[in-house]
Amino acid sequence: MTDRALADVRPFVLPVALVTIAEIATRVSGMESYTLAPPSRIAAALFQAGSDGTLVSATLQTLASVITGFAIGAVVGVSLGLVLGLQRPLDLLSELPVEVVRAMPSIALLPVWMVIYGLGYKMEIAVIAFTTVWPNMVMTRAAVRGVTPRLLEVSRVLGLSYLQRIWKIVLPAALPGIFVALRLTLGFSLIIGITIEIIGNPQGLGSALMLAREGMDPGTMLALIVWIGLIGLALNAITATIQHRLFGHIAGYGARS
Amino acid sequence: MTRQESEAASHRQPLVSLLDVNLSLGGIEILRNIKLDLFPGEFVCVIGPSGCGKTTLLRLIAGLFRAGDGRIIYRGKELTGPQHDISVVFQDYGKALLPWRTAAGNIALALEANGTPRADRPGIIAGLLEKTGLAAHSDKYPGQMSGGMQQRLQIARCLAQDPQLLLMDEPFGALDAMTRQGLQDELLAILASTGATAFFVTHDLEEAIYLGDRVIGLLPHPGRVAEVFDVPLPRPRHQLETREDPEFLRLRRELARFITLAEA
Repeated sequence: MTDRALADVRPFVLPVALVTIAEIATRVSGMESYTLAPPSRIAAALFQAGSDGTLVSATLQTLASVITGFAIGAVVGVSLGLVLGLQRPLDLLSELPVEVVRAMPSIALLPVWMVIYGLGYKMEIAVIAFTTVWPNMVMTRAAVRGVTPRLLEVSRVLGLSYLQRIWKIVLPAALPGIFVALRLTLGFSLIIGITIEIIGNPQGLGSALMLAREGMDPGTMLALIVWIGLIGLALNAITATIQHRLFGHIAGYGARS
Repeated sequence: MTRQESEAASHRQPLVSLLDVNLSLGGIEILRNIKLDLFPGEFVCVIGPSGCGKTTLLRLIAGLFRAGDGRIIYRGKELTGPQHDISVVFQDYGKALLPWRTAAGNIALALEANGTPRADRPGIIAGLLEKTGLAAHSDKYPGQMSGGMQQRLQIARCLAQDPQLLLMDEPFGALDAMTRQGLQDELLAILASTGATAFFVTHDLEEAIYLGDRVIGLLPHPGRVAEVFDVPLPRPRHQLETREDPEFLRLRRELARFITLAEA
């Protein structure tokens, strides 16, 4: 085998070995469990859920809430971050309240959200948006602050207007930092979404997970966990690709933050 | 410009006049009683030990600082902020260029700022890239260019402002000796063709003499004009002949004496 082929195969060696060990161990021990299942049964359950349409509809439900909540959190958070990054007086004024609200675990506010929105999509979207607003805001503000003073001087010397300065200098310079915030909060959004579905929204993958557990069907339950992991992986791969497309080809840009 | 010509220049209206300018920042006196005239087409170099306020003086003329008291007159009017026809070449070209824009895009920024019609931009950009020897690199990002090329690009962007006054803050300080000499000659050629006035801060005494019509010597604590050296060397200047001219050597000795005493 060539070195190249070996390098291609290497990342898969450990996972395949672990799955094989799990399969053999569960078969040999003749295990009967409400929480564990052999990998072959998990795969079969995943295939079953995939072919009868339940997996697709649950996935769409989860993604709809996660992406809507993420988008609201992104638009609001990035906008607030830009304003606070550019307007020092407003920033000082908002510093204390923002720190207090931000420090509160968003799940602790769940009872409040339940009272306002009941159980369902609206509540899930609200919690995701509320949770992701703050990291987006704080990281955008930092990215705007981090624009090198030299670039702002250049914009003054060249005579750029205020709007030109924001559009042509501040935003592009802060974009890599903002993108890091967006990638991070997309990950948060999936975590929060699944959590809410387990606790209080009777739809989506989290809810399906709970149904499988209550139905004492560890094969389906673990299959859903694997599937959620794959979704997380896919979301990350998509954002990583976009990030690379936007900044990857430019040396000294994007790598700074 | 010869000495006769620069004497003739002194009878013309100065492009910039600093009238008894004082500046304190954070309670510390940085510049005291600066009186200085820059005449059109003149190349003025500024030397002095570190902390003498060279860069601060440049930023004052750029309109980036306001003078504490005293006045700066630019083209007959009091200078209150950055002007579209005063441009600044910063030493740290790596930070002064936009890494997300190509060479052409960086030059375009100056044209976007001064409202040059969109249709006219490509021609102007191509001309400036040609003039600064970057014609083949128009689509490169600053991160893909050498230090010398990046500094050329910054100069090209400044020229896009069509400046009357070009302020340069140790622009070649971070470059190697060969690149520096090449850029010195390119700069002199560009200025000879545009007729712009240059104000050039440097810590390299030979560079100051080689480029300048006059060399201003500043002293620190607080920064003040201590001595002015006229440079009556003929133009165009030549890296070998000019640097071997007895007058060049005499000036180099005088400047060295000045800087040694200043740093003592």
